[in-house]
Amino acid sequence: MFRNQYDSDITTWSPQGRLFQIEYATEAVKQGSAAVGLRSKTHAVLLALKRSSGELASYQKKLVKIDAHLGVAIAGLTSDARVLTTFMRTESMRSRLVFDRPIPVHRVVAAVGDKAQINTQRYGGRPYGVGLLVVGADDAGPHLYECNPNGTFYDYVAMSIGARSQSARTYLEKTYQGFADASLDDLIRHGLHALRDTLQQEKELTVLNTSIGIVGVGKPFEIVEGEELKRYLSLLDSTSNPAAPPAGSADAAMEDAPPAEGEPQVAVDTAAEERQAGDRMEE
Amino acid sequence: MAPIAFGSDYPVHGYVTEHAFSPYTDNGGTTVAIAGEDFCVVAADTRQSEGYSINSRYSPKAFKLTDKAVLATSGFFADGATLVKRLGQRIEWYAHRHEKVMPTSAIAQMLSITLYGKRFFPYYVFNILGGVDEEGKGAVYSFDPVGSFEREACRAGGSAASLIQPFLDNQINFRNIAGATPRPLPLEEVLKLVKDAFTSAAERDIYTGDMVEIWIIRKDGVERTQYPLKLD
Repeated sequence: MFRNQYDSDITTWSPQGRLFQIEYATEAVKQGSAAVGLRSKTHAVLLALKRSSGELASYQKKLVKIDAHLGVAIAGLTSDARVLTTFMRTESMRSRLVFDRPIPVHRVVAAVGDKAQINTQRYGGRPYGVGLLVVGADDAGPHLYECNPNGTFYDYVAMSIGARSQSARTYLEKTYQGFADASLDDLIRHGLHALRDTLQQEKELTVLNTSIGIVGVGKPFEIVEGEELKRYLSLLDSTSNPAAPPAGSADAAMEDAPPAEGEPQVAVDTAAEERQAGDRMEE
Repeated sequence: MAPIAFGSDYPVHGYVTEHAFSPYTDNGGTTVAIAGEDFCVVAADTRQSEGYSINSRYSPKAFKLTDKAVLATSGFFADGATLVKRLGQRIEWYAHRHEKVMPTSAIAQMLSITLYGKRFFPYYVFNILGGVDEEGKGAVYSFDPVGSFEREACRAGGSAASLIQPFLDNQINFRNIAGATPRPLPLEEVLKLVKDAFTSAAERDIYTGDMVEIWIIRKDGVERTQYPLKLD
């Protein structure tokens, strides 16, 4: 009930020890379309759902190549994502120039985390409103990391971010034990299944709205889009979500778990996700 | 006449002044690039010298930049190596931003402005960029240390440039031949000319020898071969 008193700038704590600007930034990530990441002993893959603001528009790019061995999926403010991915590219090149070696994945992810943290402690600015799923392969094998607006980063076997991503996480939690030894095709099939679970009713995965990123030990990061996706989409029995609840229902509200202290939900319109407006979000 | 001033910044009238420190040195070596109809050959010897000493018998001076372009550098090796690293980064940025490989003509222009950016503390490098253009035809661009450049059919650079360039003018462009009938040369003949140019240069130029690396660039990719030269 005192949320509005303590949420106007990043340098104000709430009496419960929360920084609301960070929580609002995290909401921005949840408004972006879904992205899924998962890894095996040999590969790490990203799968993302691309949104388009209308029939006349192109589909927003979700996967970005950082270096030969690194790629990211973005969810949230695309302009903030450009800044962070440009930064990651610079750090990767610097590692090659200074140390003559590709940057280890945890190093570049930590650099992003450190950069994001600065904006959580500086007056006059705001946190980056984008979440990243980073896949890469280095001497320690394939990796998957998630980077958050608050500067934290976690190592995952499988993860999903963006709109309705809880459905994908539920699928991944059920099936992740089989990922370590999965073949690349099986890994992608699991990823597509998880991504499909985030679809609303009557929507389906197509060669236009899906994007896959693959990296492995000895296999440079590549993005698969367009017609080349047909082969992967055919691994699924169906490209639409059989379990999708009708659009506009309360299912979206479940994505935002109520805050622990019982304060009212964030004042963001989570029910109307497929907004037509071409604002900063990647819609 | 004995020098009377050591390490002074101003010229002492009538006498030679010794400099205490120079940021540059000449590492010798020779480079050649020849543009064909649908290929380009870039060659550079691998000897690195300093004065009368040999630093290395295998220190390559030609570097692959993209699948369509190779840069040959002669002069001061440290500047050449660093220039290639910096160019490589800018080529990578181009690929990220444009989502395509940087064309050879664009690399040439960018190399020119990169060099002029250090107009007042130059990269002491004589560059020759060889590759294929966007139509798949052979292209050679030659540069001075501060970025002046031009596209040509062929160019020799480095310590034996003055020995090889006239040979190339005569054999590739058919210059100074009475009743000459210029014709485009196939790859096999160009390779023979390159090898002959280097073996002849190695005979007369002390800075050229040990080995020559020959790069062949075609629209489908780049190939590299090595050919031994005299070690004396």
